[in-house]
Amino acid sequence: MNLNATLIAQLVVFFILAWFTMKFVWPPIVKALDERASKIADGLAAADKAKTDLALAEKKVVEELRKARESAGDVRTSAEKQASQLIDEARTEASRIIAAAREAAEQEAGAATQRAKEALRDQVAHLAVAGAEKILRREIDAKVHAELLANLKQELQ
Amino acid sequence: MATEGHAPTASEYVIHHLTHLNNTGHAQENIVDWSVINIDSMFYSIVIGALTVFGLWLAARKATSGVPGRFQGIVEILVDMVADQAKGIVHSAESRRFVAPLALTVFVWIFLMNAMDLLPVDLLPRIWESVYAAGGGDPAHAYMRVVPTADLSAALGMSTGVLLLCLYYNIKIKGISGWVHELFTAPFGSHPLLYPINFAMQIIEFVAKTVSHGMRLFGNMYAGELIFILIALLGSTATVFGFLGHVIAGSIWAIFHILIITLQAFIFMMLTLVYVGQAHESH
Repeated sequence: MNLNATLIAQLVVFFILAWFTMKFVWPPIVKALDERASKIADGLAAADKAKTDLALAEKKVVEELRKARESAGDVRTSAEKQASQLIDEARTEASRIIAAAREAAEQEAGAATQRAKEALRDQVAHLAVAGAEKILRREIDAKVHAELLANLKQELQ
Repeated sequence: MATEGHAPTASEYVIHHLTHLNNTGHAQENIVDWSVINIDSMFYSIVIGALTVFGLWLAARKATSGVPGRFQGIVEILVDMVADQAKGIVHSAESRRFVAPLALTVFVWIFLMNAMDLLPVDLLPRIWESVYAAGGGDPAHAYMRVVPTADLSAALGMSTGVLLLCLYYNIKIKGISGWVHELFTAPFGSHPLLYPINFAMQIIEFVAKTVSHGMRLFGNMYAGELIFILIALLGSTATVFGFLGHVIAGSIWAIFHILIITLQAFIFMMLTLVYVGQAHESH
């Protein structure tokens, strides 16, 4: 428990060690610590940015989905419209065709009836002439009475 | 210690353990003798100091900003702790460039020197005795104290270093005239009648700071060492009680001492920062 020159020597050692640490130990470690701190800060910032980007992307996805759904709806509506238009047109066309067919059939039927009537009229006239010939063989001259017969035929009409 | 013929008495054992190996070869006679130097304290403090800075340098050399290893991690924790403390206490970034590394060195160095207390109290002295005896010396004069911080000269040497730092920063920050002005006008105020009182207070403050700074460390470590010696004496009675007492008391004291050595190293470091920080502040 005495004081001696150890004090001076220890003092010198004290400063030498401190100088060494200041020169060779402290700066690299502090540099590494600072660098790591900035790296971590950068990493955190990047993570934040990624989070924001993700949120934006999700928003965009929702928007796109909404748009797609909308346009799909549009397509469906227009398709339905077109389909019903097609159906209407088809229906109109069909009824037109039916009407035309009916008219044609009626006309044909009318003509056939006419023809049948004509034929019947001719035959009735012939039959009448033939009957009258048989009855009036001798007295009736076909040539003389042709006008009379034609009038008769006209009346039968 | 163990001379041929008789075993040392308890008092001889204790005195032998508390005597430094110095350049005179016997115990120092005067309280203050600047021609004497303690070889054991110097040897252990320089070896431990070299180990300290070498270990720190190893960590610093491989320091990366990537994923740190365990060794780098613990050194970084220390550096961070010291840097934080220094930042809070010394408000000058330029001074911190020297003071913070100094505080780190002081902490690790003193911690390791204190930790020498945890080695078995007879281990290194006994080895030294055999070496000394093998060299033809009298083992009774083979003195060896392994805890440099339990040497008053060494502890006061470090606190004197801190005092010099304080004086340096006082002059650097305030200028010679500013500091002299402060010496005479603080703490009581600027009045010619108060000059001597102020100056006396300032001198007392510097002396008290320095002495208490060194003595606190020395006292704790010296007392700790002495208790280890006494516990070893208990074991040397070679009875069952002595043996059990040695084991139990030795374990308890060593475990408690882990706290003491860390705490004292931390206190020394913190006071170094505080005193240097005070040197930066004007009254």
